Formats: sequence, C-alpha cells, structure tokens
Amino acid sequence: MNVVMVRIPTPLRRFTAGADEVSVEGRSVGEVLQELVARHQDLSHHLFDTDGGIRKFINIYVNDRNVSSLDGLDTAVDNGTVLTIVPAVAGGRR
Amino acid sequence: MNPRSPTQLADDTSGQLWLPTSLAAQLEKWAAAGYPFEICGLLIGRHHGHEVETVSVTSAQNLARDRRRDRYLLDPDDFLAADREAQADGLEIVGFWHTHPDHPARPSQVDLDAAWEGYSYLIIATNATGAVELRSWSLQGGRFVQQVVRREEQT
Repeated sequence: MNVVMVRIPTPLRRFTAGADEVSVEGRSVGEVLQELVARHQDLSHHLFDTDGGIRKFINIYVNDRNVSSLDGLDTAVDNGTVLTIVPAVAGGRR
Repeated sequence: MNPRSPTQLADDTSGQLWLPTSLAAQLEKWAAAGYPFEICGLLIGRHHGHEVETVSVTSAQNLARDRRRDRYLLDPDDFLAADREAQADGLEIVGFWHTHPDHPARPSQVDLDAAWEGYSYLIIATNATGAVELRSWSLQGGRFVQQVVRREEQT
C-alpha cells in the first residue's frame, strides 16, 4: 500500500483536528479519500456528492495535476504522492 | 435587516484584515487595469486569532471567460501554486480578492453561494476611473460579516 500525504485546506481543517496535512494509505485517489473520511467522517459531505463523486466545489490534485484531467477517483497514486484538496473559489457581482 | 441579505449590517464587523498600504496599492492597480472585467487573486499571510495579517498578494486567472463581466472562477492551478509558495514561506492562504465592476464592494448571492468559512473575501469595486471601494468580508454561520481593513505600512 502506498502512503500519500493529503494537504487539507483551511476551511476543512476543523474536521481534521486542525491538521493541515494527513498521511493516508491507498492505491488510488478514491481509496485515499475514502480512508481519509473513514478517519475524519465529517469531511465526507464536503468532499463527495450524493452519487459518491467529487463535489463540484472541490478540486483534487495529485502532485501538480488536477485529477479531472486524469482518471478522477480512479487516478493511481504512488508512494510519496502529495494529494491536495483545493476548494473552488468563485463568485461575482451578480 | 433583510433576512435574505448575504451580508450583515456594515457596522456589525468581525475581526480585522491587516493590509499593508503597498499591497493595497498593488491590488487597486490590478483592479483598475482589469476593468471592465472581474479579476481575482489570493491573499497570503497569517491568522492571529480573529485578525488576519496579509503578507503578500497574487493575481490569478479568471476561468469564467464567458461571464467575466460579472463572474469569476479562480484557476485552481493558481491556488495550488500559491499554497505551495505560502507553505514554503511558513505562511498560508488567508483569503481571496476579486473585483466588482460598476458594482459596490459588497458580496452578492453568488459570492455567498460559493464562499468557505475560514477565508477573507476582499472585494474591490471598480469603474472607468479605477478602484473606488475596497471592503473585506468573512463567512460566519452562513452569512458574510464585514472585516475592518487596516491599511498600514509594513514594519
């Protein structure tokens, strides 16, 4: 099993006891995120939609690549991969 | 108060955002140059309890290309790059800034719908003359509350 460092953005750190990084095992992005929410269950509805996909307000990066341009939750991860959770930042005047 | 308003009253403030005058000037310069489109970027710094210290600012791509007169979507690649740089400097992403062309520096419903707790949202109103208003807001309990912006020289 590969060990992946998951970087947690500020708004979600209240669900990881303040930790900005969490070390998690898994072979794919999906496995890593499932293991992460198994440990920090309140993260689940912030990361996953009701169909089990990644919420539209969340981007997941494997090292420097957005998984939306890779294989999504099936994207493979290696030992030492950094997985970064990037919140969508959006809005506008109306 | 209108219960559906995305903001609290202006005098109901929450904390402070410390913004060095040089960084405020940089933001206003970018904001003016971006008119009549919405432009955006990140605020890097530190949290001190309810106070936020801004140490640097960055500009980012607005991916809402078809709606850039009234919407912004900050390029997540720019978020990732800023996060890496901030982490290397012992800092963190403390918030974001964006412009409201020909519109007050108050959050809209779409700003509210996309907002996260824990960040400062700095809004700069612009018009054809340049940047005309700068206000900062934070999300608390599902509503935006204004932060006092302290423009002071960096020591």
